[in-house]
Amino acid sequence: MAHPAANSQISVDRDEPIGLYVHWPFCKAKCPYCDFNSHVVEAVDHPRWCAALVRELQTMAARIGPRRVASVFFGGGTPSLMEPDTVDAILSDARRLFRFNNGCEITLEANPTSVEAKKLDGFRDAGITRVSLGVQALSDDVLRFLGREHTAAEALAAVRVARNRFENVSFDLIYARPDQSITAWREELVRALDLGLDHLSLYQLTIEPTTPFHARHARGEFTIPDEEAGAALFEATQEIMASAGLPAYEISNHARPGAACQHNLIYWSYQDYLGIGPGAHGRITNQHTRGLAKIATRTHRAPSIWLDRVEAHGHALVDDLPIPAEDALIEATLVGLRLIDGLPRTRWRALFGVEPEVLFAPDTLAPLIEGGFLEVDSVGLRATAAGRQRLDAVTARLIQGACPQAIVPAPDRAMVNSTAARS
Amino acid sequence: MTDLSHIRNFAIIAHIDHGKSTLADRLIQMCGGLTEREMKEQVLDSMDIERERGITIKAQTVRLLYDAKDGTRYTLNLIDTPGHVDFAYEVSRSLAACEGSILVVDASQGVEAQTLANVYKAIEADHEIIPVLNKVDLPAAESDRVRQQIEDVIGLDASNAVEISAKTGFGVDVLLEAIIERLPPPIGDREAPLKAMLVDSWYDTYLGVTCLMRVHDGVLKKGQKIKMMQTGATHLVERVGVLTPKGLAVDSLGPGEVGFINASIKTVADTQVGDTITEEKRPTATALPGFNPSVPVVFCGMFPVDAADFEDLRESLERLRLNDASFQFEAETSAALGFGFRCGFLGLLHLEIIQERLEREFDLELITTAPSVIYKVHLTNGETIELHNPADMPDVVRIRSIEEPWIKATIFVPDDFLGAILSLCTERRGEQIDLTYAGNRAMVVYRLPLNEVVFDFYDRLKSISRGYASFDYQIDDYQESDLVKLSILVNQEPVDALSMIVHKGQAESRGRVMCGKLKDLIPRQLFKIAIQAAIGGKVIARETVSALRKDVTAKCYGGDISRKKKLLEKQKEGKKKMRQFGQVEIPQSAFIAALKMDA
Repeated sequence: MAHPAANSQISVDRDEPIGLYVHWPFCKAKCPYCDFNSHVVEAVDHPRWCAALVRELQTMAARIGPRRVASVFFGGGTPSLMEPDTVDAILSDARRLFRFNNGCEITLEANPTSVEAKKLDGFRDAGITRVSLGVQALSDDVLRFLGREHTAAEALAAVRVARNRFENVSFDLIYARPDQSITAWREELVRALDLGLDHLSLYQLTIEPTTPFHARHARGEFTIPDEEAGAALFEATQEIMASAGLPAYEISNHARPGAACQHNLIYWSYQDYLGIGPGAHGRITNQHTRGLAKIATRTHRAPSIWLDRVEAHGHALVDDLPIPAEDALIEATLVGLRLIDGLPRTRWRALFGVEPEVLFAPDTLAPLIEGGFLEVDSVGLRATAAGRQRLDAVTARLIQGACPQAIVPAPDRAMVNSTAARS
Repeated sequence: MTDLSHIRNFAIIAHIDHGKSTLADRLIQMCGGLTEREMKEQVLDSMDIERERGITIKAQTVRLLYDAKDGTRYTLNLIDTPGHVDFAYEVSRSLAACEGSILVVDASQGVEAQTLANVYKAIEADHEIIPVLNKVDLPAAESDRVRQQIEDVIGLDASNAVEISAKTGFGVDVLLEAIIERLPPPIGDREAPLKAMLVDSWYDTYLGVTCLMRVHDGVLKKGQKIKMMQTGATHLVERVGVLTPKGLAVDSLGPGEVGFINASIKTVADTQVGDTITEEKRPTATALPGFNPSVPVVFCGMFPVDAADFEDLRESLERLRLNDASFQFEAETSAALGFGFRCGFLGLLHLEIIQERLEREFDLELITTAPSVIYKVHLTNGETIELHNPADMPDVVRIRSIEEPWIKATIFVPDDFLGAILSLCTERRGEQIDLTYAGNRAMVVYRLPLNEVVFDFYDRLKSISRGYASFDYQIDDYQESDLVKLSILVNQEPVDALSMIVHKGQAESRGRVMCGKLKDLIPRQLFKIAIQAAIGGKVIARETVSALRKDVTAKCYGGDISRKKKLLEKQKEGKKKMRQFGQVEIPQSAFIAALKMDA
């Protein structure tokens, strides 16, 4: 074997911690760019929803058996519209069902409105350790264009409130907006950085099918920066954030060293995560299949149907299927290369039992390396800055050359391992 | 068998849309050929495409029994001629089976190029011609002007032209009488050895090949052993009949009569239109004049979009050829388009019809390469080869000279558009032969290289004249030209499907256009893509598709992974339709689009 360290690493970490994702599907208003599973309703029966989320958590926990939890993430929708009591109930039950790591990261996404800022104390008391605020922009005109319910001043106030209550605070900004110049974006970013946070998520505006923006964009009501302008904005973002001490650790996520979002890292290093709530996805190796294959789970995305099914059956799973090895390789590549460090050799071996070089055809890998889009070395396989900027094309290309036949299934690995140990 | 003096054989000559098929329907109806229930609009155009395009592809025929005012029952054989320039030979054979023609001219539109070409063929065939002004019921009808035009342009006496409306039936009774009075009966000797012309043939699932015959001398009957004089093949006649237009068995066909036979002939390719049929044991001394084997003049590659459809395409081509021996095909391989067929056609319309039938009747998605003509390439070693695929062009150093086919084109156009038409012809290397006026319409005659005509000439003609120009051509002769093979290269590799033979003077502009098109059609990739047009080793035009600068999904979290993976799988599926050129993959769709823009 090319790397002598391989054998000592190939057994699956049976106690690899998982992430827990809780989806709260409701919003006060639907943002015109958003294609997430979010719904605007007259009223939410909070106790009923609380009970259902707890019920589904219990069902799922029973299925996967005891695991360690490294992070919990309340996403949405707008989870800051939840009652703090609901958060408290879910977390209390989760702590009873799983073992929480010391310093387990518990994130809640929040809208930066004054109303929600007032609820932050309650969320902190329920156990939330990290808040991610949907600031999106720092000018009122742009916030109106984005259909947001808050002003820039309100958002900045909310950030300050959060900063005083939580050790980890992050917020999102959307850039590459219509007519946005690099200068204007630079100024906006500097103002954002002045708030002194350790983490920022900076997303380029994407026109998603089925959103109101899609129709309006198609009608020519507005245009967004083209590939060239988008590239220039992306490059400027990398440079500004790196020199501010918050380099990218993923395509759109920036943090001071050590301040990366643990939950995000679980997704991108293709670790297990359990998803509950309407339309939540999970990737989980359960107690029966552990070491064999991950199970891909998905719950029903319609809130009312989800609620009925959970109340009737304890869960609202619509997908519950093992992921074939070749699909796992695609998924791991897809997410892993989004990280600045890519995936280390240890991770490739843990997932697939072999080194990354053999998972892709040489005539696929070589041109991507020679072209300056990928790097492979003793640490692992990663995309270069040029590669990350064109990652969709790079991964599409790489996956075309995927060699799933090279994957060594986990039970065989164990055998290789024990043989090696005996000899 | 009918007395010769009680037979009239005639054709209808008309421009598309001037009402030929409607008139045929009316004649059938008035002579009781079909009951009301059996009448469909335009009965004789039996194929969907014929009906949709308003043109007749196969010659068809109908026998009508007409009780004339003189109290006699006449047999009228209407031979419906194919209505397009590509089928000029079939038209001439259909005309050779008749003694007279009805020239139908739309009373509001006037004479068109195609009318002219066919009426001249009828005059050449010694036809008696009855001019008919159709659609006289329309407010726009200008009978007097059109009558004058017929005299001026064609040189026919139109003073006794019959005015009709095929649609309402007005004047059709007068026309029927005129057919009896003015068209001559056929002549023939029923005692002489059998001499009959094969006018057309088609394949019928139940009966096999059916041959449409016009008997000149002798008698054609069931049980006879017949001989085809061109092919030398002999067949036993199993069935003799007439078309009413339903098939109706008869005992025999005598001189002057038109009908069909079945004789265990396997494929239409075994029958040659224009061939003389005689009796094996008592053959006629001389064959009928004017036989010409039909030869394809326009060629193109046809490829299935989905490589898996290759066998289906072969089967479909074979099925079509059962009924149309005039097109040819052979297997061809292209690096850009995969496996397909090189096909030869009588002309562009013929090509389009076959392509459309393959797509519509056989449900195949096709890529068609730019049409090519037959070049005569004289090599330095004294040999001459016939080239109909640019891919087969020999190395320049081996070529002494190249000849290309020219046509004589007749164009009728309202004088408003004359200037534009003349510059189109000049741009296409045309040489003016004649320019005359008839009223406010000009008739221009040009010699043009066929290769310039197969390259979107007809579409351009129609668009610059807003559809008013009409066009007809006949193959003229071969002439030496300064021709070169223009190759298109992607990342230094030639794309065979896009190479073409062009005049040297046009190579650069054509090359530039093609490179420009490809630049717009090929999506940006990780690596930049060079597109070049070259003659031999010399690059004459180039474009570059620059490398992608940014292509990355902003957000990808837990729930997005499945979605992203699906997208990638779709791309992977699409890879089957990608062609590798060095480090880049070009979607086949880009080549297809580049080819479509040519058509």
